Amino acid sequence: MRASALSTNLRAIWARAYVRVVGANRELSWLFFDTFLPLLGTAAYVFIYKAMQAPPEFTGFVILGGAMTAYWMNVLWNMASQFYWEKEMGQLELFLIAPISPMAILLGMALGGMFMTTVRAGAVLILGSLIFGVKFTVQQPLMLALIFFLTMAALYGLGMLFASLFMLYGREAWHLSNLLQEPVYLLSGFYFPVRGLGFWVAAAASLIPLTLGLDGIRQLAFGGRGWGFIPPEWELAILALLSIAFISFARRALRLMEELGKREGRLTLRWQ
Amino acid sequence: MAVNEHFKAFRTATKLGWQIESNWTDPLLFAVYSVIKPVAASLILVFMYLVITRGKTGTELFAYIYVGNAFYIFVGNVLFGISWVIHDDREHYEMLKYIYLSPIRIYIYLLGRGMAKLFVSAISVAIALVFGALFLKVPLGLFEIDYPYLFGALLIGLAGIIAFGIILAGVCLITARHSGGISEAIAGAFYLLCGVVFPLDVLPGWAQAIGRALPSTYWIEAMRRAALGEKIIGVSQLLGRLSEGELLLVLLGTTIGLVIFSHLFFKWAEQRARHRGLLDQRTNY
Repeated sequence: MRASALSTNLRAIWARAYVRVVGANRELSWLFFDTFLPLLGTAAYVFIYKAMQAPPEFTGFVILGGAMTAYWMNVLWNMASQFYWEKEMGQLELFLIAPISPMAILLGMALGGMFMTTVRAGAVLILGSLIFGVKFTVQQPLMLALIFFLTMAALYGLGMLFASLFMLYGREAWHLSNLLQEPVYLLSGFYFPVRGLGFWVAAAASLIPLTLGLDGIRQLAFGGRGWGFIPPEWELAILALLSIAFISFARRALRLMEELGKREGRLTLRWQ
Repeated sequence: MAVNEHFKAFRTATKLGWQIESNWTDPLLFAVYSVIKPVAASLILVFMYLVITRGKTGTELFAYIYVGNAFYIFVGNVLFGISWVIHDDREHYEMLKYIYLSPIRIYIYLLGRGMAKLFVSAISVAIALVFGALFLKVPLGLFEIDYPYLFGALLIGLAGIIAFGIILAGVCLITARHSGGISEAIAGAFYLLCGVVFPLDVLPGWAQAIGRALPSTYWIEAMRRAALGEKIIGVSQLLGRLSEGELLLVLLGTTIGLVIFSHLFFKWAEQRARHRGLLDQRTNY
């Protein structure tokens, strides 16, 4: 890639991320809803464990899972379905005729979304931990940070792949994102240790990066190795592989879907 | 306007709502979609319970949680279904102004559109309950359910939820970008404060007080009593004190109050939206 093309693409990444970094925090009511809503659901799950007199670390498991839902929601609604919204507003064609790689747009969306969501997930985690008195016993902080970072890379790689695959969808995009909420909360063990699903189901669910990410973070942040699925070192290696795989699949899928969209004339369709 | 014209408008709105809900895909995929969501949501609770109890499901607390969660599907869906119509028709399809220009009542239109969501929710609730009875030992005997009480409480409860939906639709008329957030916040607050998935007794005192003021608390409890009988009365000390008749009376009283308030609030919001020229606003949210 020539230097000027690289600089144009880097500027495109920044421009797309900027909208999310700055724009999303301008609408303060959204900041409130994005923090308050996950807290409500999370608090309900905490009270279920209280009613069952579960061990105290389960409160921490739930708060962490509740905070991480923000990332999954962001991937579904602001990555996977994003090209659908862009198409509805007439922006998609502008992205595609601009002298940039569509991957730059996806990467900008991912980076901006990651920042925006980290603010919200952090708020849920801090508030939830304070309200319910969660005690963290962090072991191997570097490993913990690495697992989190690779979870994000793999997760947003998956989001980029979804965005490419969803590009030609109309209302299906909305419904598919809606469909992928609860089943993924279940399979990734957002509110209980994923080991509870049994080895093979948990292994299959590990294709969703949050499954291993959450499990690894729980093992390292709550000393919950007894509830862990596989050792965090293995989870780290698998997450690294998933990151590479999803980002490269996203690149191919984007090219394929753009070509298909052009052939079928579906890139500018609205109100499908 | 003649009653049959209201009915015609209601039927058309229901048909439109159903088309929007279902015609984005083929019927088979739509059926799969309708089954997966409620079952997955219920299974989250099931696995939480199984992890703690190490595989035991046939307890009163489990049945209490499971049935409460199944009936809650109505609350989230109907609240969102009615209020989102305003946002969708105004901002997305840009049809709200034409609805106001046509000779139909907006209430009838909203109710009709909400009916499609209600129908989908009813299927989801039924699927969740049947799944619970067949695979999770939830003691739901076909011949043990108190059907007159179940349908009576269901109708009153749904009237209350629809009234809440109308209030939220009024809020959506006078706001631009809060439609989704507000209905989700209200549904989430109900999930927490009405003791949908745990006995109200485990909440702190101030939260219990709010929960006891909400009609949905009594509605969910009434649905549990109708479906599970006296087995679950001891699970919540607070609500266990009320008899079935008392539950129904409190539910009826609070629902009547809510319906009156929702009507007055929606009229006020509509007036305000007309004055401020908000009926055809488009903000790209």
